[in-house]
Formats: sequence, C-alpha cells, structure tokens
Amino acid sequence: MSVEPAVASDGLRVVRGGRPALDDLSVTVHRGRVTGLLGPSGSGKSTLIRSIVGVQVIESGTVRVFGLDAGSPALRSRIGYMTQAPSVYVDLTVRENLEYFARVLGRPVERVGEVIGAVGLEPERDRVVDRLSGGQRARVSLAAALVGEPELIVLDEPTVGLDPVLRRDLWGMFRELAAGGATLLVSSHVMDEARHCDELLLLREGRLLASGSPEDLRLRTGATDLEDGFLRLIEEGGS
Amino acid sequence: MSPRATGATALRVFAQLRRDPRTVALLMFVPVVLITLLKYMFVDTPSVFDRLGAPLLGLFPFIAMFLVTSITMLRERTGGTLERLMAMPLAKLDLLLGYGIAFATVAAAQATLVSLIAFGLLDLHSAGPRWLVVLLAVSNAILGMALGLFLSAFARTEFQAVQFMPAVVLPQILLCGLIVPREQMARALEIASAFLPLTYAYDALHRVGQNVLDARLALDVGIVLAATGAALALGAATLRRKTP
Repeated sequence: MSVEPAVASDGLRVVRGGRPALDDLSVTVHRGRVTGLLGPSGSGKSTLIRSIVGVQVIESGTVRVFGLDAGSPALRSRIGYMTQAPSVYVDLTVRENLEYFARVLGRPVERVGEVIGAVGLEPERDRVVDRLSGGQRARVSLAAALVGEPELIVLDEPTVGLDPVLRRDLWGMFRELAAGGATLLVSSHVMDEARHCDELLLLREGRLLASGSPEDLRLRTGATDLEDGFLRLIEEGGS
Repeated sequence: MSPRATGATALRVFAQLRRDPRTVALLMFVPVVLITLLKYMFVDTPSVFDRLGAPLLGLFPFIAMFLVTSITMLRERTGGTLERLMAMPLAKLDLLLGYGIAFATVAAAQATLVSLIAFGLLDLHSAGPRWLVVLLAVSNAILGMALGLFLSAFARTEFQAVQFMPAVVLPQILLCGLIVPREQMARALEIASAFLPLTYAYDALHRVGQNVLDARLALDVGIVLAATGAALALGAATLRRKTP
C-alpha cells in the first residue's frame, strides 16, 4: 500500500539572518502518527515547522504536504498551526478568539465549545486572554490550531511551561487525535517527551541527526534513555 | 476572498474595540473637545472658526484612524496573529476589508458626533451640505487607515509607529492649505504639497465649506480615493504569507 506521506521535505535549505537555519534537510512525516520534532533550541525546529505550514521563505529544496507544495492555498484549511509564542488576541476572551478563527475557517461556532473543553479551559471561556496565565494562553493558542479539525496538526513547543499533569493530559489528547486519523508533528526541546511519540526526528544545527521510532533510537545508541541516546548521537557526529 | 472571513474580521475588530472602552471614548470625545477649543479660540472672529471648522471636522478621523490602524496592524504582526491568519484560508483582502468596515464605521460615528455638536451647539456654519462634510470625513478616515496600514510595516515597535504620526501626518496638515493657502508658500513647498493626499482631502472639505460643488471637488475626491487604493495595495503587499 503506497500512502503518500503527510509531509515530505527534500534537500530543504532555509537561510535566516544570513545563516543557514536548515541545510539539506530531507524528512518524512507519516500520516496518522504522532511525530516528535526534537532538538536543542536553535536547531531549526521552528524553521522546519514554518516551512511545512508555508509561511517560511525557502532558499532551495522542496516541502510537500499531502502531495501539494507547502503554502498552497488548498492546504490552508487542512493544517492547524500553533506557533511557539501564543498567537491569539490578548484583548479578547477565549471564546471570542476561537469564534473568530472558527469563522475564518468556515467551521460552526459549536466547534468552539468542543475545543475549549478539549484543552481544559472551560472555566476560563469568558475571560480575557490578557488575564490568563502563560500556560492557559498556550492552550488557547493550541485550541485555535485545533478548531478547524485539521488533518495535519503542527505544534511548536505546545507543552512548554505547563505543569506535569497538564502535559500528560495534552499528550493523551494528541494520541487521541492521531487515533482519530489526524497527523501530528509536535516539537519539543525536552527529550523526555519523545516517549509519547510514534516517530522522532532529531535535529541539530539545521540538520537531521537521526530519525526513527523511540525504540529504534534506543537500540541503535544502546542508551537507556533518549536524552542519553541523543548525546551519544551527537558525539558520534550524526548517523 | 470571502464575505464570511471579511465579516468575521470586522466583527472581531469590533469586539476588540468593545473591550477597550477608553479608546472608544477618546476616539469619540477628543475631536469634540478640540472643536470646542477652536470655537472659543476664535470666539471674537467666528468667520475664522467657520473657515477652519469644517475642514478640521473632516481631518480628525484621518488622524485618529491612521494611529489606530498602524498600532493594531503592528500588534497583528508582532503578536504572531498575522502569521496564524496567513496560514489560514483568509485572503489579504478579507483582512484589509474587515479592518476597513470596522474602522469606517467608527469613523462615521466619530464624524457624525463631532458634526452634530459643531453644527448644532457650536454654531459652526458651512455653506455646503453638512452630510457631505461627514461623508468626506469617512473617506479621509479610510485614507488614514490605508496609510497607517502601509506604514505599520516599517515600524518594529509601538514607539516607532506612534512617531509616524508627526513624521507623516503633521507635514501633510501643515502643507495642505489649512494654515496658509498653498499659493502663498515657498514654490518648492507648493509643489511638494501637490503630491500629498491630504492636500486634496483638505481642498474638498474647503470647497464644501464654501459650497463650491464643482468639477474640481469631484477631482479632489477622486484623487483621495486613488491614493487610498494605492496605499491599500502597498499595504497588502507588505502582508506577506511567507517571511524570511
């Protein structure tokens, strides 16, 4: 069975601020899986995510999403994107924010109640975002990425700054979304989060250091935990 | 573009304004206070008040909308919401028109309120129709909005955006003919003023004030609309789907 991958980049090169942020990067994100995009900060995770979503100017190479060039108008309603910094209107309430994004996406307003529940912001629904904590804001931003029921959900560090219980709940939700057929690409600089993923892409200095399932990487490096495995891969100078 | 996304954007901007009653109050009452000030500055020479009054009524919304738009658009850019929207099925025109509808409505309310007070309570006289003064005020507001939108692309911080007001708006007010008739200025300034859109906005208001409803007035309005279109096109060009 040949199913087209959700995302395929080939020889992707992106230059930001005069320096290569991504260099000759070829990665694949498979459908219906949770793929973790891991690497230290500055390794190019956000740049890869921006390239996939189609908001990044690319120097050379290609990025295809569902067989279309990244950034194609037809993809805009099929991808949910959560930026690293919460990108919502701080002067509106949670509900007002999500209603706006739902309308732009042409989704019924009832969707808003569902996503508010899904990210656990029910008690905050009528509060102005300005008054929310950092973690709550991040969840509003996450809800905005989910409101359109996208096929591909691209999340840039969605769990940063969240307490462990909430992190576990969100990862549970990501697993459910994937079980429902969605494809998730989730970035994190916390190696520990890799265990929640079906597949991993390890980036370092704009290059792919390794890819595979968490189990693969553990076996390959002979390390007991992924943090350790990642360090061994760096010391080997890539794979 | 889609009416749905345009309408949603206009509603969202209204909702943001509703959450900021202080800004709305300032937008509505500052012009009223200023026109009252003008009235009593020239309390002994009502002809001067009549000459300046109608043009100023029509220029307040220009200044206000320039500022409001450049700050709001800068917030969209720096707050990441613009990037989110550009990744969504929203045409740039939906965003621009959504803002246009919301701010033109505010400008219409602003111009109507200050006109009611100026003509009704402050005894301002305009030889031409008052509704035309209000209509010109709304078109000037949209011009201000379009210029603010375009210039917001060149500001990185709100401090910089605010400085565009004296840098871009003030020279146009000085040179538009409101303070000194253009033909009495140094020749170079007179020529320069011919390239500034506010010159035509002022001229139109001045003509309505004198009830000179001629072809030149129509030309003035045409130039203001063309300048608005050009600024919107330039503004749209600064809204990039893809950024470096």
